[in-house]
Amino acid sequence: MADDNIVLEAKNITKQFPGVLANDHVNFDLRKGEIHALLGENGAGKTTLMNILYGLHKPDSGEVFVNGKSIVIHSPKDSIQAGIGMVHQHFMLIPVFSVAENVMLGDETTHLGMLDIRAVSQRLQELSKQYGLEVDPSAVVGQLSVGAQQRVEIVKTLYRNASILILDEPTAVLTPQETDDLFRIMRQLTGRGVSIIFITHKLKEVLAVADRITTMRAGKVVGTVQPKETNEAKLASMMVGREVILTVQKEAAHPKEEVLRVEDLHVLDDRDLEVVNGVSFEVHAGEILGIAGVQGNGQTQLAEALTGLRPTKKGKVIIAGKDLSGKPPRPIIETGLAHIPEDRQRHGLVLSYTVADNMVLCNYYLPPFARWGVIQQEKVDENARKLIKDYDVRTPSPYVPTSKLSGGNQQKVIVARELSRDVKLVIASQPTRGLDVGSIEYIHKEIVIMRDRGVGVLLISAELDEIMSLSDRIAVMYRGQIVVVVDARQADREQLGLWMAGAHVEAV
Amino acid sequence: MNGRRFAIIVFIIAIMFGTVVLVGISKNTPLVIITSMIATTIAVATPLTLGALCGLYCERAGVVNIGIEGTMLGAAFFGWLASIYMNTIFHFPAMPSLIVGVMAAVLTGGLFALLHAVLSITFKVDQIIGGTVINILASGITGFLNRQMFFGAGSVFHGNIPDSPGVLPTIRIPLLADIPVIGRVFIQQPIAWSAIALVIITQIVIFHTRWGLRTRAVGEHPRAADTVGINVIRMRYFNVIIGGLLAGLAGAYFTLESISSFQPDMTNGRGFIALAAMIFGNWTPFGAWSAALVFGAAQALQINLQFFRTLIPPQLAVLQNSYVVGLAPYLLTMVILTGLIGKTIPPAADGKPYEK
Repeated sequence: MADDNIVLEAKNITKQFPGVLANDHVNFDLRKGEIHALLGENGAGKTTLMNILYGLHKPDSGEVFVNGKSIVIHSPKDSIQAGIGMVHQHFMLIPVFSVAENVMLGDETTHLGMLDIRAVSQRLQELSKQYGLEVDPSAVVGQLSVGAQQRVEIVKTLYRNASILILDEPTAVLTPQETDDLFRIMRQLTGRGVSIIFITHKLKEVLAVADRITTMRAGKVVGTVQPKETNEAKLASMMVGREVILTVQKEAAHPKEEVLRVEDLHVLDDRDLEVVNGVSFEVHAGEILGIAGVQGNGQTQLAEALTGLRPTKKGKVIIAGKDLSGKPPRPIIETGLAHIPEDRQRHGLVLSYTVADNMVLCNYYLPPFARWGVIQQEKVDENARKLIKDYDVRTPSPYVPTSKLSGGNQQKVIVARELSRDVKLVIASQPTRGLDVGSIEYIHKEIVIMRDRGVGVLLISAELDEIMSLSDRIAVMYRGQIVVVVDARQADREQLGLWMAGAHVEAV
Repeated sequence: MNGRRFAIIVFIIAIMFGTVVLVGISKNTPLVIITSMIATTIAVATPLTLGALCGLYCERAGVVNIGIEGTMLGAAFFGWLASIYMNTIFHFPAMPSLIVGVMAAVLTGGLFALLHAVLSITFKVDQIIGGTVINILASGITGFLNRQMFFGAGSVFHGNIPDSPGVLPTIRIPLLADIPVIGRVFIQQPIAWSAIALVIITQIVIFHTRWGLRTRAVGEHPRAADTVGINVIRMRYFNVIIGGLLAGLAGAYFTLESISSFQPDMTNGRGFIALAAMIFGNWTPFGAWSAALVFGAAQALQINLQFFRTLIPPQLAVLQNSYVVGLAPYLLTMVILTGLIGKTIPPAADGKPYEK
């Protein structure tokens, strides 16, 4: 393939981590002015490959060519020099610095030894005009929206004259509108000769924006295809290695009695700011109420307040007819709550405990698991073996610490513990965040099974697709308030996105 | 520095100055007393200011250093020792001996800081433990060597404490020092002047230079700094060592500028008060300096009250007790730290080792 247009080529990259072959003779190339999507599940090796290109890891073997020349990348400095810029999934910005300070960091312009903020701002304004990227050089980064921070990240690479841009899961934190905006920016950049590697696991986006799609699985490249000769189902099976059911299959809901009633709830965050202000809604048995919203609009604190993890300032929480406002978690759990928390490693599991012990965290003190205050180990083990089988948890044994399991299997331990109990209400916060397609499919199926058994489900998710495919009713949360509740069958993606971004609710 | 904090500082200083004026009014005019208080405050705030700047360089780069106390103590001892060696054994005149002493103190500070950097940055030892190691080590080494070298049979100086080369001479600011009465404020010794200059220099370095921008980046979000090609480990090492050099200079104040002798544990908690000053000043040079001046004023209060002891009216007899007055700086530290300080925001990665 002697192609003059190839600006970046990775040949036979192999990288071994203890116990994992993260990259196994990977070949990848990028043409000038194209958007090349790199698709794969967590742990497929995408990030390892990009970290090698960006100088954060050293490959065990293989070569990297930029514009036909073999280069050795020891550190980010070398890759910046070679014209490679990377926008990380977790932004590499300093919240207390201004945009100009963030952009110049590491490549500062000085005048008589002093930082020349004015020159940098001027250059920023030129770049921002040239590429249609709106940024305010004097704004403090921590006060910008996520979309704006991402623009700062992109400008930061352009400021360093990057002509090859690596975007690592750039849409994970964006609203649908911000995503569209990003795609527009990406096309503008490629129009000006920038080449983009777009890393993602979202199939829709790949099809919408990529010129070529390379899929990785278990450290190997599965194949490279054109978007027009493939579809979501084909891509998904390339990613996972088997057929995957992408759409959630469910019957119409049959809502029954109310299991959760929230009245005028007010909750403060850690900084004592009121982040939930006056939320009211109800969830019925046998339905899924989805709460959509961009992260940071009070969903986290709402879930914590409902599950007793955070005090409420005002308002009522009634579960199965019982007023549990301001009660600690135990009485709430005993009333019949299953909670799949947002941060599974901090609030869902005791990572250093075994799988078996984690599976009785809600009821270890009750018979049959405890008698006269003594844990009945054989009952605990029996429970674990049953749940591991029923919920298909992939673990070497019930006695390994949960910290040793993959994210998907950790989540399955939580799901098994919570959903196997006799509950009336499930509160699931970001239940599939960071999980691979296979695990997502499994967890979605379990949630629908719970609903069909007559349990009420409150689903909180920042993934609009997840909300839309699972929910029977959808509530949109914006700045601590529920701005609208709609029937999922009548919900429109565009409209939901606008509400999530704070557009006024008019024609409803 | 916000208005609230500024008001607190002015208020506390006014109370302290007022107390001394009231006590001493029968003997001196208020202007004389206040001038003397200010001059003493600036002088005794010197090690606090320098110690706070040491903490500032370390913590802005993301390394907590509670070993300032030990660093100052070690520097005080070795600086003093060097000046005595130069003066009595190599027979250098007083002035060069003192200068060599100051250089030795600064160097000692740098070495102690290097130890802290190796422990906390390279070996990722808990930084509080690293600092504690330095404090204990300094107290032990200086106490031991002091005893071995100067006292008892077989000691280097055969039990005769040698004459020291004295203390650093004062420097007058021309014209300003000639103003009647208040000119006294502008006559200070060289380390005191350096401390003030270093506050200004640090302000410029931290907030307006490439070095400062990178230092702050490394203390806020080291990974972000790493991804733009900044060597996090190197930045942290250098800043901790710069801090150590400043703490070394603070150590020199004790034995080469304030008095010309060494006593075991003579820093007496001043390193920790410096740390408090840095926190109260919200990790900014001028903030730290003004906090150091408050603590300095408390010490000046103590010195002046002892001076005017016989004049203290019987109603305030409690102030005649030197222990009560001696408590003032420490009491003030506690009050400020627990009650008045309000919310301060440390650098986000302060105290966290950087893992690639």
